Amino acid sequence: MVAQLRTVKTVETPYLPEVPMSQKKQSAAELTKIYEQMLLIRRFEERAGQLYGMGLIGGFCHLYIGQEAVIVGLQKYIQSQDTVITGYRDHGHMLACGMDPKGVMAELTGRHAGYSKGKGGSMHMFSREKNFFGGHGIVGSQVSLGTGMAFGHKYKGDNGVCLTFMGDGGINQGQVYESFNMAALWKLPVVYVVEDNGYAMGTSVARGSASGEFHKRGEPYGIPGRVVDGMDIFAVQEAAKWAMDYVRKGNGPALLHFKTYRYRGHSMSDPANYRTKEEVEKVRSEHDPIEMFRQHILLKKIVTEDAVKAVEKQVKDIVAEAAVFAQSTPEPDPSELYTDVLI
Amino acid sequence: MTQTLTVREALRDAMAEEMRRDESVFLIGEEVAQYHGAYKVSQGLWEEFGDKRVVDTPITEHGFAGLGVGAAFVGLKPIIEFMTFNFSMQAIDQIINSAAKTLYMSGGQMGCPIVFRGPNGAAARVGAQHSQCFASWYAHCPGLKVVSPYSAADAKGLLKSAIRDPNPVIFLENELIYGRSFEVPTEDDYLVPLGKAAIVRPGKDVTITAFSITVEHALAAAEQLAEQGIDAEVIDLRTIRPLDRDTIVQSVKSTNRLVSVEEGWPFAGIGSEICTMICEEAFDYLDASPVRITAEDVPLPYAANLEKLALPSVEKIVNAVKTVCYK
Repeated sequence: MVAQLRTVKTVETPYLPEVPMSQKKQSAAELTKIYEQMLLIRRFEERAGQLYGMGLIGGFCHLYIGQEAVIVGLQKYIQSQDTVITGYRDHGHMLACGMDPKGVMAELTGRHAGYSKGKGGSMHMFSREKNFFGGHGIVGSQVSLGTGMAFGHKYKGDNGVCLTFMGDGGINQGQVYESFNMAALWKLPVVYVVEDNGYAMGTSVARGSASGEFHKRGEPYGIPGRVVDGMDIFAVQEAAKWAMDYVRKGNGPALLHFKTYRYRGHSMSDPANYRTKEEVEKVRSEHDPIEMFRQHILLKKIVTEDAVKAVEKQVKDIVAEAAVFAQSTPEPDPSELYTDVLI
Repeated sequence: MTQTLTVREALRDAMAEEMRRDESVFLIGEEVAQYHGAYKVSQGLWEEFGDKRVVDTPITEHGFAGLGVGAAFVGLKPIIEFMTFNFSMQAIDQIINSAAKTLYMSGGQMGCPIVFRGPNGAAARVGAQHSQCFASWYAHCPGLKVVSPYSAADAKGLLKSAIRDPNPVIFLENELIYGRSFEVPTEDDYLVPLGKAAIVRPGKDVTITAFSITVEHALAAAEQLAEQGIDAEVIDLRTIRPLDRDTIVQSVKSTNRLVSVEEGWPFAGIGSEICTMICEEAFDYLDASPVRITAEDVPLPYAANLEKLALPSVEKIVNAVKTVCYK
């Protein structure tokens, strides 16, 4: 039985003034687009997993399956001047930022047509054009970097906001708090997003964090936070609107704590023996972000079954095309070994 | 035309000129604004450029180094001051993993125009944690440039070039020479290119390579050696990475002898690199085994006598030169 999708009441820090959400009705086209984006990430990641299994993708490959509603929900309130930065579980963010699935998949297979010419791999892709700044493999480092990008927005006065993602593991790094301190001190336009999927690699939140109330981690610095069901796209959107508005108005940083879940292991080599199959199956069958959303738009008759099927076909084709491209496009020329070290 | 400036003033002038020239250049670090820098290098900058462009940070090296790199990613040109480079070890992950590697990892998309600067190496009686040379640490890493000037003219010209460089540059200063005075050209835009060493004393009998404060020791040693009939050539490396291999190799090919001097430790140091390079490129020209003068292979002690023994000195250089000259 799939849970009814509803906007979960968000929890906020006590001193935070209520910022009313203008419940703008979303059109069928918008909702269809959301479905398409979430499904694209899901199917892309499934295909990446297959290619990894076939030995076509090497090294580390961290899949975003299960967490799709977080980035897609936030995307609604990202403006053209805004910037995005995240850690190593980054394929979903790239696709949501509008990066070409072919270029992302080709990077995964280490080809010259990949976003980093095949020199970055799964954890290191960037697109200046789409304002996506990586793709960083050192846990927590992107938090200081994102704070600096926010410093840049403020310095240039471009009204931009930097969305800085981290996981429930990353939030325990020391530099996160160095960044919180400076961001609050200088009222930098940064939204810190904690994607809490329950496990920092194999260590559950309960085993790795003295408190799992990550939305409160900014409180000592005066950074307001909310904890939100990250599987519920409408809840994500509502929280995103609050945070982006709050930050864009010059109030300084905000912190969003999304409770989400990853169905796959930490990386492709992780059999995930630290949790039960039943736990994974329960989330998948009862609280899957895409399935809940699909049932919602069908039950409410917002989108027709045919339209949903058309999206599914379209996504399947995009992913298939990306996979073919990623296997057929050439590897980088050996001369590329020595380029891009310095400008 | 020249004017007499201290190294401290020359560094300040370099930053001021570049900040006037380019709105995207800013200075950030501990005590750089209202305190004018822990060593008064940023004297007057806060007054001229204000809070926006001269930014005092909390004591948070890892965080503000990362912040600077992020700002560089979005098009600003930060100058990050470390109160001393010893504290950069808190931040070394951001310097190497983010600043140095991201251009490559992004297939050339993500340039990082940033300068990390501050005093490096031993000061005087400040103990092991505040007295380390990081030249070989940073010079080890592709994606970085590493500069370490001696004179005020080079300090100014190299810092201006470093700020304009589109790559991350590590700029290693030395506290003990901040107050030394030198003649500095008065021309409007005095630039010294990165990657070029300078022969600061020509000679024909032996090549001495040095950088930062050790240039002073090397020049003093050369004077003493001249009195003893040995004509030493002293090369100020100025830039450690990219190393000016041509200047060093050509010099050794003419003198046939090499002594390298640095304040870093011996193992995998700058001297090791230079000796290897000479073995690879000028082996047949050598009339004696090259000799390295380095800090002794110990954490720097506090006691005055031990500290003196641990660091390179004029006497050690003179003796090394005599050894390679078989005198």
